[in-house]
Amino acid sequence: MDFELNEEQRMLRDMVRSFAQNEIEPVASELESRHEFPRDLLKKLANLGLMGMTVPAKYNGIKTDYLSLSITLEEISRSLPSLAVILSVHSSLFCYSVNKYGSEQLKSTYLPKAAAGEILGAFSLTEPGAGSDISALSTQAVRREGRFVLNGTKAWVSNGNDAGAFILFAQTEAGSGGKKLSAFLVDRETPGLRVSKIEEKMGLNASITTDLVLEDCEIPEDNLLGDEGKGASIALHCLDCSRIGIAAQSVGLAQRALDEAVAYSRQREAFGTTISQIQAIQFMLADIATLTEASRLLTYRAAALYDLEKPFSKAAAMAKLYASEAANKVAYQALQIHGGYGYSREFMIEQLYRDARVLSIYEGTSEIQRMVIARFLLKE
Amino acid sequence: MNTFVFIKRVPDTESKIRIDHENNCIIEEGLNFVMSPYDEYAVEEALQIRESKGGTVTVFSVGSEESIIILKKALAMGADEAVLIRDDAPESYDGLRTARIIAEAIKQKYSEYGLILFGKQSMGADNAQVPAMVAEMLGLPQVNVITQLELEGNTGSALREIEGASEKVTVPLPAVVSAQKGLNEPRYETLKGIMMAKRKQIPVITTAELGLSDEQLAPQLTIVRMETPPAREAGKIVEGDAAETAQQLVDFLHEEAKVI
Ligand SMILES: Cc1cc2nc3c(=O)[nH]c(=O)nc-3n(C[C@H](O)[C@H](O)[C@H](O)COP(=O)(O)OP(=O)(O)OC[C@H]3O[C@@H](n4cnc5c(N)ncnc54)[C@H](O)[C@@H]3O)c2cc1C
Repeated sequence: MDFELNEEQRMLRDMVRSFAQNEIEPVASELESRHEFPRDLLKKLANLGLMGMTVPAKYNGIKTDYLSLSITLEEISRSLPSLAVILSVHSSLFCYSVNKYGSEQLKSTYLPKAAAGEILGAFSLTEPGAGSDISALSTQAVRREGRFVLNGTKAWVSNGNDAGAFILFAQTEAGSGGKKLSAFLVDRETPGLRVSKIEEKMGLNASITTDLVLEDCEIPEDNLLGDEGKGASIALHCLDCSRIGIAAQSVGLAQRALDEAVAYSRQREAFGTTISQIQAIQFMLADIATLTEASRLLTYRAAALYDLEKPFSKAAAMAKLYASEAANKVAYQALQIHGGYGYSREFMIEQLYRDARVLSIYEGTSEIQRMVIARFLLKE
Repeated sequence: MNTFVFIKRVPDTESKIRIDHENNCIIEEGLNFVMSPYDEYAVEEALQIRESKGGTVTVFSVGSEESIIILKKALAMGADEAVLIRDDAPESYDGLRTARIIAEAIKQKYSEYGLILFGKQSMGADNAQVPAMVAEMLGLPQVNVITQLELEGNTGSALREIEGASEKVTVPLPAVVSAQKGLNEPRYETLKGIMMAKRKQIPVITTAELGLSDEQLAPQLTIVRMETPPAREAGKIVEGDAAETAQQLVDFLHEEAKVI
């Protein structure tokens, strides 16, 4: 068993790491405190080719393996977790699903622009009244004269404010009179589509999350992704993959919290020594380093299974469950090591602690991940 | 115009250097190695020259097989070709030895160039000798520690840093230049570049192929002892009213620091 990244993966990691240090780091805390969407950084990511990592060359992207995408998200998350989720939604949810389920026409219209960073993508599943339970979604799509007409309200749309296009899920009439979920691509310029509210969040403040209102929003029939009525399995498959990205975001956040804790413990003095000399602090550091490394291994393994085209869903759920919960524990302990200063906005750990909280909620809560894992166990 | 850039693999400046006192060398285990930062300016300048004047950029490194990774980095930044001049000898810090190898390789195998670029010195060894020596051996004009470069026809003009000022030097091409910080802003590798570098063949030439004798390859330099720099001492705090502290400060600068 070889735990080494290959040469391109190492080169990519080094490149993204130095980009993060030189370009993201100097502006990160400013963006967070001003709740500012990192548009300039997204342009720079696009110039490096990092907005098209799930887009094939045919559509001007540079499709890499999932492990490379995970490493990229991890390194970005170390400096700005908000930017990691923006990129993850764009790459692993938007571009990925257009490429997998879109018509040739949709792909050639949207993917080259998405890979070039000219448009940002979003993925809108959740509604005010339905999150984990996607069967309870109430947004409607009705066929009318060769088009679909959408009505409803969507909630919690990451990238909602800047997205040029949305993957959006709505109920369509199934043949037998029942309702079935279908997936659509909705262009931002579609009349009847508007952003009604920007969420005021606890953390990830540079990542803007919005509501969406659809009022007689008409889209071409060709904007249906996959088959009509297959929306639930499309959503679940896309989330299965993108979970690996959120696990990677969690690993990056945990790594940064650990780095901050190590650095602080070396420099803070108490009782005549630096606190790094105190065994209680050393044990905390050892614990959080171990949590971080275990998260990384689960995440890389899930990505590697995907890349090998082996069953990966259970591994992805385990990685997301473990890494997101671990990131919260790591941030908690790292803040503890900072003492009172950890509670101050002057120190990055305060932000990381808030940012970490959502990791075990979005793209499937920890409870949902456990259900997924248990389902596999009981089926096997 | 075709340019050649010579780059070296060095320990990352952020690495903590440990010394093997028995063998008078640094302990490489656990170190992260990178392209020497000044060399990045040289690569960037070559890429900009290609963008404005055409031609190709070829990067070379003298070193073990492990130097391939920095050659690939240069390819991922956009260089056209890369060549490893394989030399498995341990780091000798002998600039003359390296310069001989480079000059021989150029003389024997690579004659198509208009400009040869180096970083002004390699991080770590910091001898700043190789560019000047190579220029001498090839009989080429040189401008070192440059912060600006303009090429016009067969002439290059460069600004070089000198104590408290910069000097403008004009040279006929081909010439050797060495890059100082400030020359440009090195670009990042791109994802596309990384993928292309993966597929690129990197030819290897050996010192034996160049016909260099053991004598010519023997370091002319012996490391007597290696030590880490002394730990920084705590700063001094001068106390008292303004007149007293000013006097103390002047005394200190005059007698201890000897700067005034
Ligand atoms: C910052 C942020 C960004 C987001 N971005 C997006 C986005 O881009 N696109 C998008 O579609 N959504 C997005 N979401 C929504 C997110 O995916 C949902 O919040 C999440 O799926 C949970 O749904 P819910 O909030 O409705 O909680 P609910 O489903 O109401 O769950 C409430 C609680 O009940 C638990 N629970 C529910 N069902 C079960 C069960 N069967 N067994 C055990 N426990 C259960 C949950 O785990 C949770 O603890 C985002 C959310 C946030 C906070």
